[in-house]
Amino acid sequence: MDGLQPLIYDIGAPGRIGVNLPEPDVPEAELPTELLRDDLPLPEVGELQVVRHFVKLSQLNFSIDKGFYPLGSCTMKYNPKVNEDAARLPGFAQLHPLIEEAGAQGALHLMYQLQRWLGEISGFEAVSLTPAAGAQGEFAGILMIRNYHLDRGEGQRDIILVPNSAHGTNPATVTMAGMRVRELPSNDQGNVDLDSLRAACQGELRDQIAGMMITVPSTLGLFESTIHDVIDIVHEAGGLMYMDGANMNALMAVVKPGELDFDVMHYNLHKTFSTPHGGGGPGSGAVGVNDKLKDYLPGPVVDIIEGEDDSGAPLYGYVMPEKSIGRIKAFQGNFGMHLRAFAYIRVYGDTGIRDVTRYAVLNANYLRAKLMKTYKLPYPRYCGHEFVLEGHFDDVEEVHALDISKRLMDYGFHPPTNYFPLIVPEALLIEPTETEVKEDLDAFVEAMESIAEEARTQPELLLNAPHTAPVRRLDEVRAVKELILCCAPALPAAGD
Amino acid sequence: MGEWKVPAELRYAETDEWFAVDGDVVTIGITDYAQDQLNDIVYVEFRDPGDSIDAGDSFGEVESVKAASELYSAVDGEIIEVNAALEDSPEIVNADPFGAGWMVKIRAEDLSALQALMDAAAYDAYCDSR
Repeated sequence: MDGLQPLIYDIGAPGRIGVNLPEPDVPEAELPTELLRDDLPLPEVGELQVVRHFVKLSQLNFSIDKGFYPLGSCTMKYNPKVNEDAARLPGFAQLHPLIEEAGAQGALHLMYQLQRWLGEISGFEAVSLTPAAGAQGEFAGILMIRNYHLDRGEGQRDIILVPNSAHGTNPATVTMAGMRVRELPSNDQGNVDLDSLRAACQGELRDQIAGMMITVPSTLGLFESTIHDVIDIVHEAGGLMYMDGANMNALMAVVKPGELDFDVMHYNLHKTFSTPHGGGGPGSGAVGVNDKLKDYLPGPVVDIIEGEDDSGAPLYGYVMPEKSIGRIKAFQGNFGMHLRAFAYIRVYGDTGIRDVTRYAVLNANYLRAKLMKTYKLPYPRYCGHEFVLEGHFDDVEEVHALDISKRLMDYGFHPPTNYFPLIVPEALLIEPTETEVKEDLDAFVEAMESIAEEARTQPELLLNAPHTAPVRRLDEVRAVKELILCCAPALPAAGD
Repeated sequence: MGEWKVPAELRYAETDEWFAVDGDVVTIGITDYAQDQLNDIVYVEFRDPGDSIDAGDSFGEVESVKAASELYSAVDGEIIEVNAALEDSPEIVNADPFGAGWMVKIRAEDLSALQALMDAAAYDAYCDSR
């Protein structure tokens, strides 16, 4: 337990009071005795103890505000503080979600504008902001594809093609939607294998193809150089194309998926558009669609329901699209994230957004070019916003990607993504994002080079890492098999 | 990269399952190479005895601290038995992939599909090439 903090339940004392409440100004009433309980121990601590407790806990954590966080496929980008200023404006922060539309015109205008900007950035006709995060955006997208086929009398189309480099959420989404997954292999360039795709789309299953889910750039960080062929082959078979927008940070304001002829995609506002991610969430997985699917969007979407009044302002309202798959999240989705994404796009503007993409791709290629001298690069191509290395050395068998990652923590860096994508052995998926400066990228390269050297000279430094973190090497097997995470029940109060 | 056991008497699939034949019963498990790549296995799940299965179908899945993978049959037939001991102790697959770590037994309709699989020498070379 060295370096860890006691639970707040363990630092109080009976009768210690943190806040003096004022005398009640209403008549006191007795609570019904059956509702009273004496088995509910609450922490009894002073305000200063509470502050110190939570500040210490926050210091045990690692965040992008504290250091480099190159967690590939997650786009752990910096969350600009101006977003937080916007989110705390009382007109937004104190808005009740059940308020009449007429009383929330500022918020509705913001959502309307964000829908249009996201549509513009991706080249799509219409956008719904309601999905709660990426996986729910995927789910909405696949339900839209399913309903599209059902409406055309083609309900037998229930196969979604998924490349073997896909995020695990893609096949999970297909299964959740009651459809079937067919996995496609990748070729030695890291692209979808076109022969396998043609075989699936032109063979006996042709009439059962509902569509394809694909991430661009792929989870290998590589642009699908045959994407036009992929899309044409699936469309010719009657399927629709879903783009997993997790890697949109390599495309923004440079490539529009709608213009590539994708039919639907989801955005991760918590990746690409800088809203908090992971434990700092919640996420937001807006979906964009073309003309074929716009009537199926999950609702409500925000639209102008009355033209401009005397003051020149239109009236915004909530609208359910004509054939909507329905509501998939309470209220309007995670509005606080819409607000932050709006602020992000507004602050950067169109040329700034393009610079975000360019710097993200430049930073990733800089690291790739430096690190490929020390680590094996399985796909030696220019990358998008991330790239994958193999975290092992032919001459040091016992060292694995996990050991390299754990050792990086000792150097003050968050480890990259491990063991994903699955098609690369000992994968280390590295994504620096656009906001890192050259000095910090160079420091990461130096750490990775030192670790490669240590692997050969002092491998135990890697195998026993981390040495400086609050807890040492975790027992991952035990963590997966023993799922009881609660602390022991508190002891009965003294005297019981 | 490493040294893996590849018993001579078995047939091997590209998806790293091994197949042992006894009469018309085919026993399936995953190879030493597969368990080494997966690392510590923490969960297995199989389809039920009595289920019929086609070649190329998944008969279950295996999950490790690194990844989850589908398990594929190379033969058509009926699942007649699954290795229930693995449910509580999936680590047996790591310890003894070709013995106590066997996964399912299938009564095969036709054994000829196994001829298309790799023999031990071919599978050994296949693992080395990856």
